[in-house]
Amino acid sequence: MNVISQIEERYRRSDIPEFRPGDLVRVHVRIREGEKERIQVFEGNVINRSGGGTRETFTVRKISYGVGVERIFPVHSPRIEKIEVAAFGRVRRAKLYYLRKLRGKAARVRTRRQRKGNV
Amino acid sequence: MRGLIARKLGMTQVYTPDGKAIPVTVLHTGPNVVIQKKSANGKDGYSAVKLGFGDVKKLEKDGEEPRWRMNAPRVGVFQKAGIENPRRVVVEIRVDESELDRYEVGGMVSADEFVAGMFIDATGTSKGRGFAGVMKRHNFHGAKEQSHGTHENFRHAGSIGASADPARVVRGKKMPGQYGDARSTSQNLHVIEVIADQNLLLVKGGVPGATGGIIIVRSATKNRSTKPTGFEPEVPAE
Repeated sequence: MNVISQIEERYRRSDIPEFRPGDLVRVHVRIREGEKERIQVFEGNVINRSGGGTRETFTVRKISYGVGVERIFPVHSPRIEKIEVAAFGRVRRAKLYYLRKLRGKAARVRTRRQRKGNV
Repeated sequence: MRGLIARKLGMTQVYTPDGKAIPVTVLHTGPNVVIQKKSANGKDGYSAVKLGFGDVKKLEKDGEEPRWRMNAPRVGVFQKAGIENPRRVVVEIRVDESELDRYEVGGMVSADEFVAGMFIDATGTSKGRGFAGVMKRHNFHGAKEQSHGTHENFRHAGSIGASADPARVVRGKKMPGQYGDARSTSQNLHVIEVIADQNLLLVKGGVPGATGGIIIVRSATKNRSTKPTGFEPEVPAE
């Protein structure tokens, strides 16, 4: 396993900030349209992190024009320009799938000013 | 044709600079030692090289002659070639007569036999699945309908033939039986990266067998072309 983690180390990004399910993040994604490349921001709550190593992904959920939209990003993808953590969420579970059933005010995640516990 | 003996270290995922994720199997080729060369002009009548891979433990006790944990005839193969350490796995690989000069008995062959962008075949022993039913073993569909009176018949194969004519089951009929733990080759796997100093090959996709298994890597018999891997620098055609 040692050699594999060595290889993964080369593809792992060190510039990705620490974030957890419940956090509000702004993901800056590089999008290629034909020849041109531009950056699109996807802002929403992290509702899931899964996998490990270079395979790790996270799911961001936002409400766009009243419709819930979720995108799954690989954490270490080169297509991610940067990730901003806009707010820390106070949640009690790792997967926030229950947000899908909630609408409006109920679908908010309580925020906390500082990260609690080991960061 | 080039070949190597390798050990499967497992799988991971790498990203090309433009963001494509590629699933890769990591193969450790150790260095392979050349044990013997066979020539079409010699007494063998065909051209090949015999390669050895994998360490053998040396037993050293005080007051005793050091021995190898391997029987004498197998050690003798290496002694005859003048190689000090015997290897666990010995495989013969067919090589073009014209390429024989690249090899030298006692010399090493390593991962740089292959170049990123080319295609390889990987031969190994597939994972044993024991006595498997027809759905797992032959991808049969099983019962289409699980209700309306179907009884204890969900994963069966159905009919295995006609009636009085031919009054027997045709040879080769797909039935349950031992599945896996057999020699298997995955063809045309793309070499994504060669890490020469660590003797590693990164190959796109899966390779037969469990992690830790022995894999014979050969240049692909079908696809002799090369394809860019998406990593810079671009791979020159060989």
